[in-house]
Amino acid sequence: MNATAVLPQGAGKPQVQKEDAMWLQKEMINRNYHELATARERGHKVAATFVPGNLNELLMCFDFARSLPETNALQNGLRKKSGKFILDAERDGQSEDVCNYVKADLGMMLGGEIGPTGEALPKPDILLLSYTGCFTFMKWFELIRHKYGCESVMLHVPYQGEGKIAPNMRDYVVKQLKETVIPALERISGVAFDIDRLRQYMKESTKAEEDLVAVLQSAKHRPSPIDGYFGAVYYIGPIFTAFRGTPEATEFYRVLRQEIEQRVRDGKGPITPDGEMAEEKYRLVVEGPPNWTSFREFWKMFYDEGAVVVTSTYAKVGGVYDFGFRHDPDHPLESLAEYCLGCYTNLNLPSRIDMICRYIDEYQADGLLINSIKSCNSFSAGQLLVLREVEKRTGKPAAFIETDLVDPRYFSAANVRNRLESYLQMVKQKRAAALAAH
Amino acid sequence: MTASPPVIPIVERCQALFEDLDLNAVKQWKAAAPGRKAIGYMPIYVPRELVHAAGMLSVGILGGGDQIEVIQGDAYYQSYICRIPRSTIELALTGRLDCLDGMLFPSICDVIRNLSGMWQILFKDKYVRYFDVPQNYEDAIGGTFYINELAALRDDLGKLRGAPITDDELNASIRVYNENRRAVQELYAYRARKPWQAPTSEVYLVLRAGMVLPPEEHTQLVRDYIDAADALPRPKRDNARVVLNGSFCEQPPLGLIKSIEMAGCYIVDDDFMLVTRWLLDDVPESGNPLEALSKAFLHRSATTAAKYDTKRADKGVFLLKQIKTSGAEGVIFAAPSFCDPALLERPMLQDVLSRHTVPHTAFKYAENTGQMAPIREQAGTFADSIKLWSAA
Ligand code: SF4
Ligand code: SF4
Repeated sequence: MNATAVLPQGAGKPQVQKEDAMWLQKEMINRNYHELATARERGHKVAATFVPGNLNELLMCFDFARSLPETNALQNGLRKKSGKFILDAERDGQSEDVCNYVKADLGMMLGGEIGPTGEALPKPDILLLSYTGCFTFMKWFELIRHKYGCESVMLHVPYQGEGKIAPNMRDYVVKQLKETVIPALERISGVAFDIDRLRQYMKESTKAEEDLVAVLQSAKHRPSPIDGYFGAVYYIGPIFTAFRGTPEATEFYRVLRQEIEQRVRDGKGPITPDGEMAEEKYRLVVEGPPNWTSFREFWKMFYDEGAVVVTSTYAKVGGVYDFGFRHDPDHPLESLAEYCLGCYTNLNLPSRIDMICRYIDEYQADGLLINSIKSCNSFSAGQLLVLREVEKRTGKPAAFIETDLVDPRYFSAANVRNRLESYLQMVKQKRAAALAAH
Repeated sequence: MTASPPVIPIVERCQALFEDLDLNAVKQWKAAAPGRKAIGYMPIYVPRELVHAAGMLSVGILGGGDQIEVIQGDAYYQSYICRIPRSTIELALTGRLDCLDGMLFPSICDVIRNLSGMWQILFKDKYVRYFDVPQNYEDAIGGTFYINELAALRDDLGKLRGAPITDDELNASIRVYNENRRAVQELYAYRARKPWQAPTSEVYLVLRAGMVLPPEEHTQLVRDYIDAADALPRPKRDNARVVLNGSFCEQPPLGLIKSIEMAGCYIVDDDFMLVTRWLLDDVPESGNPLEALSKAFLHRSATTAAKYDTKRADKGVFLLKQIKTSGAEGVIFAAPSFCDPALLERPMLQDVLSRHTVPHTAFKYAENTGQMAPIREQAGTFADSIKLWSAA
């Protein structure tokens, strides 16, 4: 999937502007790559796992170094390496039709697993397959297992087909944690499970989650002090990956929140790579993951037009926290189950539509923009209906663009720009018509 | 002894059912008695026993094939998503599925999963359920979850008909489906034995008839077909014996199956309409029916890309067994374009086959693929190479 976070390449170039927290975030992500690269010599086992529904706190209980293949894929996308990896994977027998995240990862492995920072990543000791919100995850780890012989353990997270978490679903996940996942992690790591350790990490998670929500919801202000899509990928980085539950993450979100609250007090708009955004002309909600291979270019098309994304569904793939869910140290396993079950792509289509309509209302957005990702059936199948329903229910204009996450062949800048510009025109006309009617 | 009915009319009847996208057979079944209901389902597997026990007809929906022009459906799907959801939407929006009182969307992939939500939005007056199956195969874990899922479906269907489904009713339905599975297994065994007598283009249609007919009637039809096919000697050719893999959801056009056969291949096993063969043997017909269905699912069911293989060593075992049992000489991977499950599974299966020196070839199709020449050519070359291989 679609996950998270991190600084686009070129971040070190002096002309690029970032909040302090963004630099901190880059450091954290890079440090995790270094920790992964040196895990063996430090005597740690390595676990690979996916972003949505990740069990970071649990993995930390067993001292695993944590690798997130989606993050590797997106990092390689940002660093313009993914195109070659995808071709390599296709030459190795993968179809051109399937999810490019998988191919970007497999291609990286074929190339000796040199990670995005240039260090070699170790082969995982365990593939923790918690396949929340996407079936492709299952095939992805089966493919890695098949090629490299790593052991896998499955946490099957049922889908919220009826739009709610039934007790049967939660019990099933908890039981798998107790009887399948935890014993496997104990066996492989050689570390005994200590539930109090888990509780301790979860306490940290909760603090960070509180601050993250405050940051994301700051976009309800006018002007919005953040970009809830392009900017949010930096904000969700640590908490969606190897840092949720660590004191560093808590500190990161504390600092970030302070920075953002200061921006609100100062009446400032979001920081973009070209500096502070000038006038906020359009407030949009975006559905779907970003494109990573032309991330900066993509973002620029928005801020050049004065369009700020006030909130996005993508910022919820690794956990939907803004409607109240928090990890609960008093019920650790149950809350891990609820967390997994509640990730955005595990919600059914009606729930996704409700959420988007609610966002448009609460963030006073001008409309919805869908970035449909060729790679991703989990997000993309059904998005055209999402578009229509949201338009119908909110009366706000919606538009559709198509790109890919990490395959540069599917990013046509001219196309995207045209679509975006005509969409913003439409928003303007609608606004003018609404004003005239009053 | 009664004379077996001739094979042609049986096949023609199946062909007519296959072509009838308006589901007239379902309408007729419903009209035959007041209050009858029909429940549609998508691939791969739903426990049809539950639908039957509620006195309802289960109807397999496999897209529109190459028979309809998709117009409205395209407005719901991007070009890079497979065909089956868009043609299924087309069928529904054009009223062809109106006779269905509900739809079940089994857990197979994200496309079908999301389609369940689209159905909830588009067809608000119909019963819709996403039917989840476990990927954990322990009785106490996945089994408990699955029994609860079965119970929820059973409750829903009971409510829909106005009376709860009893254990006796369910056990009776299990019996009916055991019989149907036996008949289908006989058909598959017969084709593997004498593929020239039961070409797959016919076997496929006979199987498809089971998507719209009541199981009792379908069981009889299958057996009639075997008898009739056996009674009509047909020329035996020197064809290559192949297993077809990857066509478990969106279906290839019938012309494609014919093309493979015309190119010199006998298809001796496949993964079409796995719902008819998902459970590998009889389900106990007395006792706790949900437990029996759950155990059958967990421990004695077919394998496909939508199902998790717990260990690396499990990958390809089912396919290898299919090859061995059917005496196949090679495998044709035929997967729908844009089908993540089938296309991601394929390289792993290819690798297993290569390690076991089983020849294989691969192509993609869409349900409306019109150009058969390249496929015929590829299948022909493959058949020739198998023959050369076995001669060497
Ligand atoms: S299909 Fe989408 S959610 Fe699934 S792995 Fe690919 S990008 Fe991620
Ligand atoms: S053809 Fe493949 S991708 Fe399409 S709905 Fe079926 S299983 Fe899913």
